[in-house]
Amino acid sequence: MAHDNSYTGQKFEVVGNRFLRPDGIDKVTGKARYGADANAPGQLVGLVLRSPHAHAKIKKIDTSKAEKLPGVKAVITSDDLPDLTGGNAGNAHILENCMARGRALYDGHAVAAVAAVDRQTARQALKLIKVSYQKLPHVTDVDEAMAPDAPVIHDWCFTAGLEEKPTKPSNIANRTQMGHGDVDAGFAAADVIIEKSYKTEQTHQGYIEPHACLASVNPDGTSELWVTTQGPFSYRSVCAALLGLDIAKLKVTSSEIGGGFGGKTHVWTEPLALALSRKANRPVKLVMTRDEVFRATGPTASTSVDVKIGATRKGKITAATLELRYQGGAFPGPWAMLACMTGFACYNIENQRSVGWDVIVNRPKVAAYRAPSAPMAAYAVESTMDLVADAIGMDAVDFRLKNVAKEGTQAPYGPIYGPIGIEAALKAVKKHPHMKSRLKKGQGRGVACGFWFNIGGQTCVDLNIGTDGTVNLAVGTVDVGGARSSLAMIAAEELGVGYDDVKVHVADTSSLGHNDTTEGSRGTFSSGMAAIFAARDAIEVLKGRAAKMLDVPVEDIVWEHGEARATGKGHGNLPKLSLKEIAAKSPNTGGPIAGHNEVVADGAGMGFAAHICDLEVDQETGHTEILRYTVVQDAGKAINPDYVEGQFQGAAAQGIGWALNEEYIYGKDGRLQNPGFLDYRIPVCSDLPFIDTKILEIPNPTHPYGIRGVGETSIVPPLGAIGNAIANATGVRMNHVPMSPVRVLDALDQAAQYEEQVSAG
Amino acid sequence: MHSTRQRNTKNRSVQVSLNGALRSGAGGAASIDIEAATIAELLTKLAERYPDMSTHLEKGIAVAINGTVYRDDWTQKIPQGAEVFLMPRIEGG
Repeated sequence: MAHDNSYTGQKFEVVGNRFLRPDGIDKVTGKARYGADANAPGQLVGLVLRSPHAHAKIKKIDTSKAEKLPGVKAVITSDDLPDLTGGNAGNAHILENCMARGRALYDGHAVAAVAAVDRQTARQALKLIKVSYQKLPHVTDVDEAMAPDAPVIHDWCFTAGLEEKPTKPSNIANRTQMGHGDVDAGFAAADVIIEKSYKTEQTHQGYIEPHACLASVNPDGTSELWVTTQGPFSYRSVCAALLGLDIAKLKVTSSEIGGGFGGKTHVWTEPLALALSRKANRPVKLVMTRDEVFRATGPTASTSVDVKIGATRKGKITAATLELRYQGGAFPGPWAMLACMTGFACYNIENQRSVGWDVIVNRPKVAAYRAPSAPMAAYAVESTMDLVADAIGMDAVDFRLKNVAKEGTQAPYGPIYGPIGIEAALKAVKKHPHMKSRLKKGQGRGVACGFWFNIGGQTCVDLNIGTDGTVNLAVGTVDVGGARSSLAMIAAEELGVGYDDVKVHVADTSSLGHNDTTEGSRGTFSSGMAAIFAARDAIEVLKGRAAKMLDVPVEDIVWEHGEARATGKGHGNLPKLSLKEIAAKSPNTGGPIAGHNEVVADGAGMGFAAHICDLEVDQETGHTEILRYTVVQDAGKAINPDYVEGQFQGAAAQGIGWALNEEYIYGKDGRLQNPGFLDYRIPVCSDLPFIDTKILEIPNPTHPYGIRGVGETSIVPPLGAIGNAIANATGVRMNHVPMSPVRVLDALDQAAQYEEQVSAG
Repeated sequence: MHSTRQRNTKNRSVQVSLNGALRSGAGGAASIDIEAATIAELLTKLAERYPDMSTHLEKGIAVAINGTVYRDDWTQKIPQGAEVFLMPRIEGG
């Protein structure tokens, strides 16, 4: 049945309330089953041997001694993973990233893997594998990789996007340019122009649960994969393509997920586990260590960004440009392109240009991280916005409001915005009590904005009503942030039943049609849309059954508040029939009652946020303490406000960690120096104040309930908000993230030395 | 009849703006005119007219119609006079 996805202004009874999450008790009592919690009879332990070099030719891999070790059931190298990608460059890069093919491209790149009867034997086997390396020159810094004398990592990499095709390979995979208007004329009309350069270091999503899976390949061609993932259907199609399996014969079941944030949208060791299982003819369990997670999964890009913003003294931006250099690890990626699309998205800038350079370095293949690429560009833009406001003597929030994007503004990536919430967010910031609270000496306050697109995508759900009137909703989007609660509320709203009457579960890939990965803040948006439509289909079935029970034409049945009622002449004395009453009779009125929907949930509404941060900098140590933090974000419609607030808080917490502490540190040898949570420090509860939130609800016109995705946007503003607050507290503008104690102290020292020099004349 | 057909064809012409990342596939053009009633028809004709666009199409493309971004639903109709933008197909975290 065709359904209309337009927003209708429907009044809600269930949606908008705060219900407990159905998975909460299992998670806090340890009952929940994560990636490492599945076991199978006869399973083996899989381990991976990784390159200790940043860049090296693999001259020879001798696995003979490992294979002879008692208890070892399989050893694999790239020879066991023939290239079946058929010219699909994306899959070929994934295959090479999963297992090096002739060259190790970064510290931690997999070169071989073993499956043995226990961990001890598997570790012994790894030590018996002899790899002959020939070290090659390496480069890990994005600016150094672009230099003419940089070692070229891939001889096949010729920069795309240039007017003339280059004659020599380089580490620059792609040039992207976006924008509109005439920036030269715009800058000529400016009274003030500020130009500034910034750097951000590489961060990891820092999910608490490492990657883990249990793979079982059978001789008859069927396979199963239990795995922690954001996208079981994507894992199925990619693994099937890499290993030459039939999609329908590979069943992928997603476990509970201990965080993903984009890092579990791609396969890493899963194809290796399947290949080991195929060779050993036994199930293989493969769990990454934290060291492996840092060295060999997909962190975000490190970046180098130049910004130029010109404005009139009255506060109107006349032109702005961005030059964005993003490294994608050892393979090409879209990361600078995404930054070009997002950098100026919060503002109405008539003349703007963003140029992005996607760069290859000897680091792990970059993956998405919550609003991928946007935080780094926003850090540069939001920092410079404050500098321009300061230069023209205007309040920084008023300056943003004067240039804010609205419905009808042209986005940096081209289209005209529909209804969006950044103006409302900035106005809410301006009148928030947080902005009126007084700061003490040495404290500072900063404000910054952020944008993320959000997406929809392919979605499929099944809704089944039991004979007791309770409801099962099977969805294919992994629940990464409380979606099961929201989806239960949506089904309950449509059917007119209680929240507790609906049980939502995430189905495996054999039980439901394809669902795109839970990424791009799409879970509740798209599965919510499909759940609405599936429930409405089920209501049509319920009405048909009620018509039979009341012996009236189905056209005379209406559905109101969870009950079927006969309308029209002569039906006045007929009883109303509840969903439970109709369900109880279903075996004798036509059988099970179900609704189903498959939909391409396009029309995701853009997400915008504005944040306020108060902090204090210890001038002796350079340590920054966050004192107060407020998130204002447009949710379209908050289905369960508790979890919307949780998303806002979680995203802000990750952004704060990124801004202040988190950083991949590479040595001169190109090896990662801090692959563990002791040396790569993510914020813990004691580092953060309670993060206050304010939900705005500006309906998305292309969702029946007005929903916008909420999961990603609020990781975007913290870098800029904190940089602005540090500048406000100390008078020193930080241009390098993380703004860690050592960098802050260094910047304070440099500022003091400069003051001394000026004083001395 | 002939003149009616001509008028119908003319009415279906869509001005399609290309996001900067995609212009290389269309010889650097910022916008192009294509006769298309749906996204599917638009993309088919785009590939026929601009073979260099195939790289972008393989990587993934999205179409914004009057500000609403369509990543997958190629059955979507393009209203007369609509603002149409082609842009890379984005994903997320």
